Amino acid sequence: MSSSALNPQPAALGTWQAVIGLEIHAQLNTASKLFSGAATAYGAAPNRQAAALDVALPGTLPVPNRAARDKAIRFGLAIGARIAEQSIFARKNYFYPDLPKGYQISQYERPIVSDGRLPVRLDDGRVIEVAIQRAHLEEDAGKSLHDAFHAASGIDFNRAGVPLLEIVSAPVLHSAQEAVAYLRAVHTLVRWLGICDGNLQEGSFRCDANVSVRPAGSSVLGTRTEIKNVNSFRFVEKAIEYEIERQIRVLENGERVVQETRLYDAAHHRTRPLRGKEEAEDYRYFPDPDLPPIVVTAAEIEAIRATLSELPHARRRRYVETLGLPEADAAQLCADKATADYYEALCAARPGPAKPGADANPAGGREWAKLCANWVLGELAAALNAAELPIEATRVTAPALAGLLARLADGTISGRIAKEVFAAMWAGEGDAETIIAARGLAQISDDGALAAAIDAVLAEFPSQVQDYRRGNDKLLQFFVGQTMKRLRGQAHPQRLNALLREKLGSRAEGRGL
Amino acid sequence: MSGGGIAQLAQALRARRVSARALAERALAAARARSDLNAFITLSEDAALAAADRADAALARGDAAPLAGIPFAHKDIFCTRGIRTTCASRMLERFVPPYDATVVERLAAAGAVAIGKANLDEFAMGSSNENSHFGPVRNPWDATRVPGGSSGGSAAAVAAGIVPFATGTDTGGSIRQPAAFCGITGLKPSYGRVSRFGMIAFASSLDCGGVLARSAEDCAHVLAAIAGHDPRDATSVAHPAEDYVAALSTTLKGIRIGVAREYFGAGVADGVAAAVRAALAECERQGARLVEVSLPHAHLAIPAYYVIAPAEASSNLARYDGVRYGHRCDDPQSLEDLYTRSRAEGFGREVRRRILVGTYALSAGYYDAYYLRAQRVRRLIADDFAAAFATVDLIAGPTTPTVAFRLGEKAADPLAMYAADVNTVAVNLAGLPALSLPAGFSEGLPVGLQLIAPAFAEARLLAAGYQLQLATDWHLRQPTGAK
Repeated sequence: MSSSALNPQPAALGTWQAVIGLEIHAQLNTASKLFSGAATAYGAAPNRQAAALDVALPGTLPVPNRAARDKAIRFGLAIGARIAEQSIFARKNYFYPDLPKGYQISQYERPIVSDGRLPVRLDDGRVIEVAIQRAHLEEDAGKSLHDAFHAASGIDFNRAGVPLLEIVSAPVLHSAQEAVAYLRAVHTLVRWLGICDGNLQEGSFRCDANVSVRPAGSSVLGTRTEIKNVNSFRFVEKAIEYEIERQIRVLENGERVVQETRLYDAAHHRTRPLRGKEEAEDYRYFPDPDLPPIVVTAAEIEAIRATLSELPHARRRRYVETLGLPEADAAQLCADKATADYYEALCAARPGPAKPGADANPAGGREWAKLCANWVLGELAAALNAAELPIEATRVTAPALAGLLARLADGTISGRIAKEVFAAMWAGEGDAETIIAARGLAQISDDGALAAAIDAVLAEFPSQVQDYRRGNDKLLQFFVGQTMKRLRGQAHPQRLNALLREKLGSRAEGRGL
Repeated sequence: MSGGGIAQLAQALRARRVSARALAERALAAARARSDLNAFITLSEDAALAAADRADAALARGDAAPLAGIPFAHKDIFCTRGIRTTCASRMLERFVPPYDATVVERLAAAGAVAIGKANLDEFAMGSSNENSHFGPVRNPWDATRVPGGSSGGSAAAVAAGIVPFATGTDTGGSIRQPAAFCGITGLKPSYGRVSRFGMIAFASSLDCGGVLARSAEDCAHVLAAIAGHDPRDATSVAHPAEDYVAALSTTLKGIRIGVAREYFGAGVADGVAAAVRAALAECERQGARLVEVSLPHAHLAIPAYYVIAPAEASSNLARYDGVRYGHRCDDPQSLEDLYTRSRAEGFGREVRRRILVGTYALSAGYYDAYYLRAQRVRRLIADDFAAAFATVDLIAGPTTPTVAFRLGEKAADPLAMYAADVNTVAVNLAGLPALSLPAGFSEGLPVGLQLIAPAFAEARLLAAGYQLQLATDWHLRQPTGAK
């Protein structure tokens, strides 16, 4: 595990070390709830997705959703965890109006997933391995609606019974930045695995943070507070930063940190104690007698393992090591599977050379890979962003973009023209070849045509030619510009440069232009 | 009901000597005539007559299901769509379920005609049927005596001849003990054999749906209709149901019956022990071999049961909070007030007691000493049975240590009441099937013989009971005033 001394820390940290563990609730994207047949789709009218079980009518019984179990196993395998052959559903007993049965079905002593690890890349490029103690299945509660009725609260049970995977890290994170990097890595992973839609706004991915501080070098954990339900990455970072500083202030004032649950107040960037939780709850956990143990066979585990594709950290490493991408590019491409898969398809779709004699091969492979990365992270990302589309709904598919980039790579068009062609493709005007042909955008690299244009320019600007020959090198760009203008921007830039220099004489040569 | 068993009634119905409607009307009239017993909480006349008419139509067409037209009663713990299901609790006094329990559905599919909902101890917690919000049930053999509990209304209705059978549930003896007290036959199937879906939970790991009827044969007919795997109950077992009726012809010849020494201990009344021994002697005459066996942990069953059952109940009954349905106190001042008053008002004394006991047993610091220890004892008790069944086919003893006690006799002494379950609770802890059979009389009151079988050996159990009843007539005796 990383040493916090290496980390950029808030100034206040000084001789203190922060210790953070996260409890992440990832909503598993099953069609029906964990124990009832009710739908889980977000946004339905209140209580339209609440079966008799979800409002705890007498006599109803939970029936476990196998798809939820399999998704939990999928996560467990992806973090190299132990999958329990038998795990147990337990009841967590407490009274609350949005908890219809008076208990939540969760897992306590024997979770389905335990002892995993997740490599997490920090912003500074370092990779830490975060220990994940456990991941267990549990059902969500309903939602109290305090403003819907006059002098009364309403309850929406649509969310009651929705399957959650609670992912519990060891207390091994030492800064808000590490915590958020880990949170993002889990977020990437659960979406990558296709087990959670990761939607923070809709509450499909939530996080509680346990935060404590201790004197640097100490191995004893300080008293922790729990920050509940912060719903954005930025707020998690802010909340933890605030809480670390608050605890240090408390300790430096000679006071003691009170073990409590705190809420993050985004408007004021601070945490405050949750009201009415002064008594320690005794949840009276015990194995749920309505549910037999979840049994998982080795064959079932292997069947699920066989459906796992390359994981995000492995793919990131491959992009760096095999394709030679910069770390930052690889990390960005692997932030979600759809982007990474698009990139993968783009790289693979490189068409053959259009013109005989052009660079057929990928001496090229790495350059092509980099070119593809630049376009996915640049032009494509910008277009998707502007259109507010996810990459799955892109208007320029990977093979289509590959067609464009191939023409860029073989010099048929310039980078500037490529952007113009891309915009036309995005607007639905056809593939790259069609647009290049229709608009006559292919670059002129024919020396005869280039020479004629250069001659015309040099004839038009004799005094500039004289200046250049007297040593004003900067004028080369002026001639390039004028020639380009004459050729409507389609001159092959390297060829044009070379010919210009040749015609202007040797003075500017050898200066490394 | 003229003492006719289900088979004879079915025959008469098929021969059109009697209509399902006439049987339903007769049963409803009998129930009203015996309102002194307080055996019913709700009579569902309209639904019953409609079901009877459907049965008559099917009988006329010749495609009637096996139990078509047979009237019966449901213990008011099984959810019935559109018919209130109270669990004998003020909490659910006006609760009308939007679904049928699986047992209800299966009996309806088998053509049986439910005439109403039988009284019980509130949430099935009790051994005397005195813990009902709707008042106690009386024993048809002696109105000053309890019918047993918790399926007291079911037992009284069958014993009084109102219906040929009734459904019941058995968590610690709630079918067998009232069957014994009322002189009828009661079957508690193996845990998992009958779906718990729609059966309002008391203690989930122990609750078992079953039958109270006049004979083992009738129990076989009803079990055939209700047994089997149900995907709506994760604890229901996929083990295929057997042909319980066909298996009845297996004789007692060579059957080894283990006589459990511990079941004839100090608390067992002499008259009860004598009647049971006489019944076992009859089994021996039929060719059975009596073998003494020991269940060394039997004395731990009551304490273990009275930790596990209340622990589960404390959690199962948490849903009755006054928020969504059920009793809600007037004018709650706060959430806390809503919870405490709704529950204090909605639950009776015994239910409150068990919720408190169970909450305590699960609390931090007590869980290991109580709940976990009770679970270990449960294992030992199951092992005792497994060891005994290595050498015998069935285990026998008195169902209850005494005959039916007087109303009010034990009401003030919960521990004495609990102790009356001594011979029945171990069976639930081990998840085994057991049958209580009428075995003669003591002090003029019925005595029950309990037979216990290995898990899922209901066919063996019912055959043994049937063979004994072929040779005896205790099960045919009816109290005066029976219909």
